[in-house]
Amino acid sequence: VGLPFTVPCEHYGVQTTAPEPRQITAVSRPLDKAFQGIVTTGALSAFVVLALIAGFLFLRSTEVFRLFGFDFITSSKWDAGSVEDGRAPQFGVAAMLLGSIIVSTMAMIFALPFVMGTSLFLEYYISRRIRFVLVSILDLMAAIPSIIYGLWGYLVLMPYASHWAASINKYLGWIPIFSVDRANFDASPFVASLVLCLMILPIASSVTREVYSRAPQDQITAAYALGASRWGAIRAVVLPFGLSGLVGGMLLGLGRALGETIAVLLTLNLVFAVKFQVLASAGGNVASLIASRFGEAGPLELKALMAAGLVLFVLTLLVNFGASIIVGRASRSTK
Amino acid sequence: MTSTTSIVTPRRPWVNRRDVFKELIPTLLIASALAAAIVNFTGLAGALGSYVAFVAAYLTVSFLFGMRHDKVKAVDKVMTTLVCAGFLTAFIPWVSILFTVFKRGASAIYWGYFTSDMSVTSGDDELNMGGLSHAIVGSGIILLIASLIAIPFGIITAVYITEIKGRFSGLVRIMIQSMSGVPSIVAGLFVFAILVSGRGFSALSGSVALSILMLPTVARTAEEVLKLVPEDIRTSAYALGATQTATTFRIVLPAARAGLVTASMLGMARVAGETAPLIMTSFYSANFSTDTSGHPLASLPMYIYQNFSNGTDLALSRAWGGAAVLLSMIFIIFTIARLSSGRAKG
Repeated sequence: VGLPFTVPCEHYGVQTTAPEPRQITAVSRPLDKAFQGIVTTGALSAFVVLALIAGFLFLRSTEVFRLFGFDFITSSKWDAGSVEDGRAPQFGVAAMLLGSIIVSTMAMIFALPFVMGTSLFLEYYISRRIRFVLVSILDLMAAIPSIIYGLWGYLVLMPYASHWAASINKYLGWIPIFSVDRANFDASPFVASLVLCLMILPIASSVTREVYSRAPQDQITAAYALGASRWGAIRAVVLPFGLSGLVGGMLLGLGRALGETIAVLLTLNLVFAVKFQVLASAGGNVASLIASRFGEAGPLELKALMAAGLVLFVLTLLVNFGASIIVGRASRSTK
Repeated sequence: MTSTTSIVTPRRPWVNRRDVFKELIPTLLIASALAAAIVNFTGLAGALGSYVAFVAAYLTVSFLFGMRHDKVKAVDKVMTTLVCAGFLTAFIPWVSILFTVFKRGASAIYWGYFTSDMSVTSGDDELNMGGLSHAIVGSGIILLIASLIAIPFGIITAVYITEIKGRFSGLVRIMIQSMSGVPSIVAGLFVFAILVSGRGFSALSGSVALSILMLPTVARTAEEVLKLVPEDIRTSAYALGATQTATTFRIVLPAARAGLVTASMLGMARVAGETAPLIMTSFYSANFSTDTSGHPLASLPMYIYQNFSNGTDLALSRAWGGAAVLLSMIFIIFTIARLSSGRAKG
């Protein structure tokens, strides 16, 4: 009887060794090969789409980059030119690009305390059952379309926000970024960033909460055993542990905010000038620029918009890439 | 030999349940009184002002109550208040959004709203004329075609990562991640460049743009769902001599059916309200139509956008009405997704 292991049979005067393990080679059947081929091709569609987007936008915008070169990034003049006046067209996205960064960064700053509050509250301050309900609501909020945020931001939030902006300007106006040239606080980067802050809150908090929930329970218990209060345990264990998750979640939110179009278009007054006065009714945003100029753009301006789209695409891709690396590392280190 | 085991109920000394009457209620009362005083004597006013005053008062009072014990307790109380306030404050705007949308939207909604279009009505006509049937049908068509493109590709991507586990799994996952960050306006520009320029607006191009935005959501959710299918039943299928094709189509995918419905629904909810890509692909028309190519087609987000751009009071009411309908639609899709995933778990 062949046993799958060596039996000490010397006593019986018989030499036995286990049979050599058979080499099992699985030959995929033709059907499986076809299946694998089809699925692999389908799965690479994401790659193909990304490459096509980059390729097409680049192709359509080469003329703009050739005409204006580096000025396209550094100049802030956006002028389609005119044949009658003999003005040459001039396109540059500096003001819009800077505006995008200002508005999204402000949105991040506004969102940070609320992201931390929401994720800590959901993870450490309430029972599991209520958490499930609240997380569902949070997911639902993430599904509110940006046009509704824009509508609400313009018609409901703006009167309040302008009032707040006026107060900030009144008391802190001596700080250059809070100063204004004219007392008009509507449709300022401040208002737009408040709306954006709301929009990135659900995604940023769900990522952060996810990482916070993986904080080592034994260390939390140890902190309690040493006499820490709940906040003590959170500060000593959860916050240091979840830092990378928080950073990653905020970066994901930043990526969303940079690419947000319609909500910003409705709540921000686009002005083609580099400005740092965040309370004044003038700001810039690449995505909104594309949506607002698109309708009346001539052939060359359309190409300039494609170039602006390419700049935006590369920028968001970089931010998202950074975010996913950080989040990936944060969740891998705990598994 | 018999032994009795007594199970010790774990105690949680850091939870102070008796505080409710001794501390929580007094804190609430004193903080309310203090907040009322602040609102009376300073510039803070209105519901929001009262809220801010209350939070500030509550912070102070809870700190003082904590100081009766020690500094650690006081700091803990203050931080608890801050965390709860952070969460509650984040919810105020959302409650306001839901409230405004349905309250102002209700004024635009009447029975004919769902059966007529805007072909003979202009945005500033009285609210008992015209409707958004064209936008609902248009949105439905665009969403349906987008799903027909994105859902199969999304599921195939997930199958590749979980079933085939091929060489490119890591790359594919990174690509899906990057794709989920593509700004909607860029997707719109891209589709405009390949499908619309020279040929004109069409519902089909709108669907393609939406499918680009939908694919990553479907793929990632489907991947999570397929991972939940136990490895054992795959191995069992192989042991019975099933091919990988048969295992995937007849064992794994049916097992994950409910979850895949969730993935598809979440994808649809994600793109149903996208406006920016539709501005440059399917655009807007005031007429009822089911034509998918060659003509612009109305959709709910574009209906809202058009009426918002019009700017008159009546048009704004119409925009809110459209927003209420759109939001209800998304909530229904979302609820289907939740119910379906709930059944998958049970």
